[in-house]
Amino acid sequence: MKIVVAGYGPAAHRFADTLTGRGFAGTLTVIGEEPRHAYDRVALTSHLSGPPGTVDLTYPEITGIGAIRLGDRVTAIDRAGRAVTTAAGHREPYDVLVLATGSAPFVPPVPGAGRAFVYRTIDDLDAIRAASAGATSGVVIGGGLLGLEAADALRGLGLATHVVEMAGWLMPRQVDEGGGAVLRGHIERLGLTVHTGVGLDRIEDDRVVLADGTEIPADVVVFSAGVRPRDELARECGLAVGPRGGVVVDEGMRTSDPAIYAIGECALAGGAVYGLVAPCFTMAEVAARRVLGEDVAFTGADTSTKLKLLGVDVASFGRLSGALDVTYMDPVGGVYKKLFVSDDARTLLGGICVGDATPYTMLRPLVGRELTASPSDLLFAGAGAAMTGADFPDDAQVCSCNNVTRGEIGKAVSDLGVTDVAGVKKCTRAGTSCGSCVPTLAAILAAEGVTLSKALCEHFDHSRPELFDIVRVRGITTFSQLIAEHGRGRGCDICKPVIASILASLGGGHVLEGEQAALQDTNDHFLANIQKNGTYSVVPRIPGGEITPEKLIVIGEVARDFGLYTKITGGQRIDLFGARVEQLPKIWRRLVDAGFESGHAYGKALRTVKSCVGSTWCRYGVQDSVGMAIALELRYRGLRSPHKIKSAVSGCARECAEARSKDFGIIATDNGWNLYVGGNGGFKPRHADLLASDLSDEALVRTIDRFLMFYIRTADRLQRTAAWVEGIGLDYLREVIIDDSLGICADLDEAMARHVEGYFDEWRATIDDPDKMRRFVSFVNAPDVPDPSIVFETERDQIKPVLVEVSRS
Amino acid sequence: MTLAPHAPAPPAAARTWTRVCAYADLLPERGAAALVLGRQIALFRTFDGEVFAVGNRDPFSGAYVMSRGIVGSRGAEPVVAAPMHKQVFSLVTGVCLDDPMAALPVYPVRVAGGVVEIDIATAGEVSAA
Repeated sequence: MKIVVAGYGPAAHRFADTLTGRGFAGTLTVIGEEPRHAYDRVALTSHLSGPPGTVDLTYPEITGIGAIRLGDRVTAIDRAGRAVTTAAGHREPYDVLVLATGSAPFVPPVPGAGRAFVYRTIDDLDAIRAASAGATSGVVIGGGLLGLEAADALRGLGLATHVVEMAGWLMPRQVDEGGGAVLRGHIERLGLTVHTGVGLDRIEDDRVVLADGTEIPADVVVFSAGVRPRDELARECGLAVGPRGGVVVDEGMRTSDPAIYAIGECALAGGAVYGLVAPCFTMAEVAARRVLGEDVAFTGADTSTKLKLLGVDVASFGRLSGALDVTYMDPVGGVYKKLFVSDDARTLLGGICVGDATPYTMLRPLVGRELTASPSDLLFAGAGAAMTGADFPDDAQVCSCNNVTRGEIGKAVSDLGVTDVAGVKKCTRAGTSCGSCVPTLAAILAAEGVTLSKALCEHFDHSRPELFDIVRVRGITTFSQLIAEHGRGRGCDICKPVIASILASLGGGHVLEGEQAALQDTNDHFLANIQKNGTYSVVPRIPGGEITPEKLIVIGEVARDFGLYTKITGGQRIDLFGARVEQLPKIWRRLVDAGFESGHAYGKALRTVKSCVGSTWCRYGVQDSVGMAIALELRYRGLRSPHKIKSAVSGCARECAEARSKDFGIIATDNGWNLYVGGNGGFKPRHADLLASDLSDEALVRTIDRFLMFYIRTADRLQRTAAWVEGIGLDYLREVIIDDSLGICADLDEAMARHVEGYFDEWRATIDDPDKMRRFVSFVNAPDVPDPSIVFETERDQIKPVLVEVSRS
Repeated sequence: MTLAPHAPAPPAAARTWTRVCAYADLLPERGAAALVLGRQIALFRTFDGEVFAVGNRDPFSGAYVMSRGIVGSRGAEPVVAAPMHKQVFSLVTGVCLDDPMAALPVYPVRVAGGVVEIDIATAGEVSAA
């Protein structure tokens, strides 16, 4: 079967993705007019949140089922001949044609409209960005969801921004007049000017003129006054279209020609056109599964929305009218909540939230059902207090993005043995799109009787933070005492390294001292990183990535003399591979004598503080990033923590050191330093969040001190700062380490001072101590015989381990 | 070779004990590698002073690293975790508790006059098959 898709937006992408995921065996050709792959249009505004080219909204590429042709467009459909022709002159035969042409922004026919922009594609945003360079004022026509997004974008580009909405209040499709008024308050506090109940008369060269004569200076004008389905192709070839536009489809997304489907914003399904992404995804899935012969239907969609616009939560669900309503309005706090209920006040019909969307998550699944508490209790006591996961009927939809019901989640627990939120996400896809239902998922798990154990392992019933407090408060200094008094058995590879790390964080001396040595994982036990053939790699510390030629030569000589493989690491250091355990002390004797010290690449500890070259050399640099990186690396070296810690310092906003992918990243400003926390590369990349701005050197160090110590005390085992920050929330983190809401800052400061004062080089201390040196032998009964199983071959002039055959004899 | 755990051992007199190292060379709750008649052995001294001898080769990674694993307990069983990917093996039977299809050979071991000795000839490789 040959399928052709006209259009390559989110709906087309989901259609192709569903086909591949379900083993489609035919060929697929997708023709998209934009010069790029499908991307997340919902997050469009974030395209302008960083410098050009830094924000990537592209969806994962779909491979293996045919061609994706970018920068081309279907121009005509030959229904009789079952083929389309394109702008580039191709003729593409099809067995099935899918129209996913989306919609086009509506541009009102007013004088001067030609110089206005629209807000739909990445190219539109790039054009707006270009026009905003050197501009000072902007006007957005349209105060709906997209209009406010556009206004946020203009504000972000530094323009004095006005919003003009013809209706009596902002976001008239999502909220009522009261909600619109509260929303307006929020937006005006951000410095935007709002005009409602007035239309546009004309656009002049440097201003717009409203119907009431008001003139607003406007270097940049953006239209966001609604969209129209792009149904021209369908009209021209005689397919049925609606009176106000949209390609008419049945509940299988089929048009009046059975070989042609329409999905997404161009489709008119059940008399409605949908502009939200969730229904468009559902349409795409229905069409794909119909093509594959499945009997599924699109029967309308929940148009509930929950979003954050200009930092304000706005949500609505269900019907926005009803016989009775209960309203809570706090203009001072900027909160507006309203529930619509049936005339007997027993059935929830819908609701609106502005400034606080907590009722949305818990109440939306209950629309159309009998209430378990009075409407005012639901509004005031907080929905979470009134509801538990058990209150949701089985057919209530919990995740609207992926259409998952309460019953399906219960089944994942009872039939598949799922025991945590991650498992629910994996089995059902619930909570994997917008994430707003994740708290509900946790509540449902609890209602299903799943208790999320905090026990570290079979030897301790406590979590890592609890054990940290026990050790700290009781002054325990050995694992044996801790497990005798607070645990059972003799420990394992989970609890022993955790306790070793806690003891080390609390200033327990050398990690190989006495009983502590037995707790260490092999990397900490040999102060090197084990590799696949049982050899180790060595990473000397190179603070900030700055190194003298003399030291570089020493590293080269050591590598040459011991026959080690060398590679530059991502953290601006040099890794030396292939050392046998008995070689490690000899290698380190040479390195220590040349002034190197341990890089702690083997530890759950501070790794490296990367830096760009900074203001000393770079013509753009505004601060000395290298100097700061070195100071920070030397301050925090050797600090043991729940997981590894990476850092970087960039000398200007160009961010060459990639600081926002680090646990703590520092970016220079004209006035000091911005501190970002909780970034991560790796499996689940995350940009770090801005914790504090324009800090002095001293304030920067103090804030990082507290951040690290608070993390070390309260994070779970192997929890990176990214997950930790997400768990406790940035606001709470700020309260604790900047406002000192818990009164522990002096304590955190003192703990870090103790660390800095107590630091010594682990490797120097090891090679100076005959007792610690005892472990560095190949065989206890033949200390000078190299391990005969370690064999190398040569590749690109360096050694490479010869792989050992793995057999399970 | 397939033997049941704790298969009837040969009479003590029939064993050939090979001296490996001083008991004091072994650290409590830590392992040490030994090379005995060409074979790599991992020796472990547990918290209560008992000594165990198993093969040093990690059957999952193929590397000779078992002696560098963390020693501990699972239930009442003394165990070692492979340092590469943390599969846990019984020090008594050699069987991998996370994947009973895999096992380490186990060797009879004793401490005589402060010296650790093993019987390299009667390795028992316990298998589920």
